[in-house]
Amino acid sequence: MDPVTEEKPSLVTPESPWIAAGQSYASATDKIGGIVLTEKPPKGWFLGFGIAIIFVLILNMAISYLFAIGVGIWGINVPIAWGFAIVNFVWWIGIGHAGTLISAFLLLMRQKWRTSINRFAEAMTIFAVMCAGMFPLLHMGRPWVFYWMFPYPDTMGVWPQFRSPLVWDVFAVSTYFTVSLLFWYTGLIPDFGTLRDKAKSLFVKKIYGMLSMGWRGSAIHWKRHETASLLLAGIATPLVVSVHTVVSFDFTIALVPGWHSTIFPPYFVAGAIYSGFAMVVMLGIPLRKFYHLEAYITERHLNNMAKMLLATGFIVTYSYVMETFMAFYSDDKYERFMMMNRMTGPYAPWYWLLVACNIVIPMTLLWSHKIRTNTVSLFLIATVVQIGMWLERFIIVVTSLHRDFMPSAWGMYYPTKWDWAVLTGSMGLFLALFYLFIRVMPAISIFEVRELVHKTLEENAH
Amino acid sequence: MSESTKRNSMYGLMAEFDTPEELVKSTRSASEAGYRQLDAYAPFPVEGLADAVGFRKTRLPLITLIGGFIGCCGGFLLQVYPNVFGYPLNIGGKPYYSWPMFIPITFELTILCAAVSCVIGMLILDGLPTPYHPVFNVPRFELASRTKFFLCIKARDKKFDRARTQEFLESLGPRYVSEVPI
Repeated sequence: MDPVTEEKPSLVTPESPWIAAGQSYASATDKIGGIVLTEKPPKGWFLGFGIAIIFVLILNMAISYLFAIGVGIWGINVPIAWGFAIVNFVWWIGIGHAGTLISAFLLLMRQKWRTSINRFAEAMTIFAVMCAGMFPLLHMGRPWVFYWMFPYPDTMGVWPQFRSPLVWDVFAVSTYFTVSLLFWYTGLIPDFGTLRDKAKSLFVKKIYGMLSMGWRGSAIHWKRHETASLLLAGIATPLVVSVHTVVSFDFTIALVPGWHSTIFPPYFVAGAIYSGFAMVVMLGIPLRKFYHLEAYITERHLNNMAKMLLATGFIVTYSYVMETFMAFYSDDKYERFMMMNRMTGPYAPWYWLLVACNIVIPMTLLWSHKIRTNTVSLFLIATVVQIGMWLERFIIVVTSLHRDFMPSAWGMYYPTKWDWAVLTGSMGLFLALFYLFIRVMPAISIFEVRELVHKTLEENAH
Repeated sequence: MSESTKRNSMYGLMAEFDTPEELVKSTRSASEAGYRQLDAYAPFPVEGLADAVGFRKTRLPLITLIGGFIGCCGGFLLQVYPNVFGYPLNIGGKPYYSWPMFIPITFELTILCAAVSCVIGMLILDGLPTPYHPVFNVPRFELASRTKFFLCIKARDKKFDRARTQEFLESLGPRYVSEVPI
């Protein structure tokens, strides 16, 4: 039986903004499923995965050394006890936010452009949260007793102190990871079914068969699947806002100048979505190019994501302006000093670089349609935003701590090579996981693209 | 062979269609013809199909609500007991029962329990995982996750009759009608 030759395919024609002309149920299934089921991944995959693995080994070395010696191998010391670990934690968890926003919020808004980007954006969320979750554990000093943060009746008779935002973080991040994973897996079940039916080898069929749990596409199952997706989307949308809010509470609950501010929760959420969309763009553009997915990730998708960058970038800009304004308007001498020190003190070059990366470059260039739809320029701008957002967290953590109330307690922070090893290593871990993901799971939701083909056909028929 | 043994040896009859519109139409016709034990299979969610097979309402939202409620109450008490009774600590002179400080974790655990009960509830209601199902015995059924649309009338339907049901399905204009062995 040869299904391809005998059927009259229903083709999308003319082109829609979200899917190229000439696509059918079969072509979408074959193209996206084929990336996973091929026996020979492209040579570039091995190259990229190999490079990522080198950084994973660096991470492994850095963590082993950290466990053997202690956090003293990092540049942290009083007064700057937080350093890279917390900077990286906030950065990574922020990156994750765009994935949930795309999969949950855009689903509730019935946005068609989420269809071809939601799967890999959700994968990005999960891997980013994995990288993020690692840092507070490494920073603990005694990571092997991390479970003391969970409430359980122990023989010591002590309980966690639930008024601490650091304990809130434990619950926020672990909930975020679990819910993202469930949402991702729910969406993957029908696609695992497709891969099971398409696979040639019995072994591969069995693996995907188990993962699909015997999904057979029954109408009743689809109905429940849709209900569950909507419920999860409704649950995940407030969750994504709450997670970065809780992360910002780590700062705002403290009395340190520059941290103790009510603007932090919305400011952090906007910044998270900003860096997250930048990461979706950075992953989507190479994925589209090297796997020839232009038919599904169209120019219009890139354009929309660039517009999201522009919108969230403006919220971030507004927050910077408001933060500066409030420092002076409040007439609090510590706040004022903090802001002046941030702009003219020893870390001033990094502050101005962050302003250039997050405000000046993207906010001037992204207005142009030509720049938004050019993959090279969009990729470069997203990279600049990513660097800027990392610097933002660095400035927030370090400049506030290094000169607080008492001049006798002032100090400087210099990262060591182990700080850099953990940062680059976490990037390697993220990329390695992402390479594995595109090898074994469909990077674009197959059943949702089939649904998109159907809806486009219906619309064109009218 | 008598009629009853035939019934036991097969799960039902399955008709294959090319488009979702044909499938919805045929499912409606089968329902109007008095068949109640129906199922339809499609490679993506088709609007109106669940309705056509006679599936009106799912209890999933209720299950999720109950899960969320348990998470909410449990999460709050989880913090109140240790911080007020089990191991009270004076932190910055705040009252032991400083309930606003317990809200973030209460919220997170509400979400967590709601999401877990939603996904587990969906799997249990669907009867997944299903390691074996007779529909997969139809060789062309692997197209149900790709391009084709299937309607199955189960043999346990009261109105089911091997010959007459086959005739009925063929009158709907399918591409194929095949028997689903158990």
